[in-house]
Amino acid sequence: MSTKTLPGRGDTNQQSTAGPERRAERRRLPLRGLARGRQARAAWILAAPFLALFATFMLLPLVWSLLMSLTDTSSSDLRTPLNVSFIGLDNYVRLFQDEQFFTALRNTAVFVLVALPLTLAAGLAAAVALDRGIRRFRAVFRVGFYLPVITSIVAVAVVWKTLLEPRAGLVNLVLGWFGIDGPAWLADTRFALPVMIVMAVWRNLGTVMIIMLAGLQSVPQSLMEAAELDGAGAWQRFWRVTFPLLRPALLLTAVTTGIGYLQFFDEPFVMTDGGPLDSTLSATLYAYKQFGNGNYEMASAASYVIFVLIVALTVLQFRVLRDKD
Amino acid sequence: MSTLSTRPTPHHPGTDRVLRRRRIRRTWGQPWLYIPLAGALLLMIAPFLWMLSGSFKPEADIRRVPPVLIPTAPTTANYGELFSRLDFTSMFANSVTVALAVTAGNLLFCSMLGYALAKLEFRGQRAVFLLVMGTLMIPGLVTFVPLYVLVSNMQLSGSLFGLILPFLAGPFGVFLMRQFISTLPDELIDAARVDGCRELAIYWKIILPLTKPALATLGIITFLGSWNNFLWPLVVAQNESQYTLPVGLALASSGQSFTRFGILLAGAVVVLLPVMVVFLVFQRQFVAGIATTGLK
Repeated sequence: MSTKTLPGRGDTNQQSTAGPERRAERRRLPLRGLARGRQARAAWILAAPFLALFATFMLLPLVWSLLMSLTDTSSSDLRTPLNVSFIGLDNYVRLFQDEQFFTALRNTAVFVLVALPLTLAAGLAAAVALDRGIRRFRAVFRVGFYLPVITSIVAVAVVWKTLLEPRAGLVNLVLGWFGIDGPAWLADTRFALPVMIVMAVWRNLGTVMIIMLAGLQSVPQSLMEAAELDGAGAWQRFWRVTFPLLRPALLLTAVTTGIGYLQFFDEPFVMTDGGPLDSTLSATLYAYKQFGNGNYEMASAASYVIFVLIVALTVLQFRVLRDKD
Repeated sequence: MSTLSTRPTPHHPGTDRVLRRRRIRRTWGQPWLYIPLAGALLLMIAPFLWMLSGSFKPEADIRRVPPVLIPTAPTTANYGELFSRLDFTSMFANSVTVALAVTAGNLLFCSMLGYALAKLEFRGQRAVFLLVMGTLMIPGLVTFVPLYVLVSNMQLSGSLFGLILPFLAGPFGVFLMRQFISTLPDELIDAARVDGCRELAIYWKIILPLTKPALATLGIITFLGSWNNFLWPLVVAQNESQYTLPVGLALASSGQSFTRFGILLAGAVVVLLPVMVVFLVFQRQFVAGIATTGLK
């Protein structure tokens, strides 16, 4: 237990016979016994509303969903959710025998593995350009690059859907100026998922940029000058001095962005409904479709698989990006 | 700029040019960088410009091939139809109600528990802290099926309470508030106690006013999260009277009968514009808040 008090304050009302432990105790709680009880009561009163909501809407569903994935719960059990039979790991077995689930997992993996590094790289590049490269209009660029982050994915997906219209959309119009005959992006199995990756990078690079900008501003100028005096070029200065200092912040954004990407749902739901030919079916959309078909147990099992993948990705990122010591 | 490079240089014919270049660099940085950055900026905001322009296009412009960038005869008909045919008024009201309620709940309940965890001593404190923090990274996806069963059995799925209650208190807010309140000096609380201030009054009268910056950050993040939330309202809202804006917009865009882009783009403007205006007005505080928490 740490004690945080003004230095010397405790000494004035302390008995000289008190041992060091007693003394620490004294200092932390100037009024003992009754005051401590009062404090504990106040703490529980303050904690109660949160804990009641938390237990009902977080802990209970969390355990329940694991149990549900081990039973045969379906939509017909909606009113009698306890009247179901335990079937062990059958749902997971069924899940991993389902071709469609593998397609969903593969699409999700491609999405995360391509979009995450691209987002981090684009955000970092934007941050470095704004911090080191330019001196005027920084705020304009910062606001513009960050703007997509705050937007609703649904609204943005609707807008992109019209942008990508094969004949009436802006994208193919611009491509046409350069003599390129653009495809029907969202109706083509080769392009639908890459389009969503581009959209994800567009929407999220601002987050990475803002956090990296804050990190760059905390790099001490003296360190950079020392490196320059030692003859390090700009490139070397960045990779050897700046980048290692950014590593913790980069890790944090990689984890939060990665968790979001593993659950991507709104984009395919609005733009393609998982098509064409399941080429944009994400794992979350798969779980949602199982739920929509009344297979609650399969939806729960699929969500737990995604959850395990999220934990795995988080651990992996901590390993890869952790400070080397 | 290092001290080395500003050392006076001996005068020779090239000096003036070098000095001018240095001056440009001092005021502008790397001038050539503005070209790719401006291009990137245009790419970033192009979808929004397209949306804005499209929302004012009459039906004839929308269908035109190749498309026109600026509406030939700007019209507000799309917005009119949006509010009359799709009942965007009630969806807007639902989105605002839900977001305000969720934000208020998080500000209150998370700051209460955050204060208890940061400054009060009670048995079980550590257990509560670990339990709440352990769920910080758990995605909503994992709980949504049992949550749906729960909420529909509590008869909440027919009202806005079903959209509000599950989000009224989240672990992220506790994390943020506890971190912030820990940095406040203990002496303040001790002094209040010595003066006879009751424990709950200390929270309400002393701690809460001091946590305004953290409350502002949490408020912004929570409001945005709720405003943009999609999966849960989609699952729970049973009929149109409970739709929030994203749900209404998504269902309108995926429905077979309703593929008129002008109206959809006008809908996107209604969803995005309030948030964008707030962001542009408060962008400085906004960005500072995001950067300090390191989270969206």
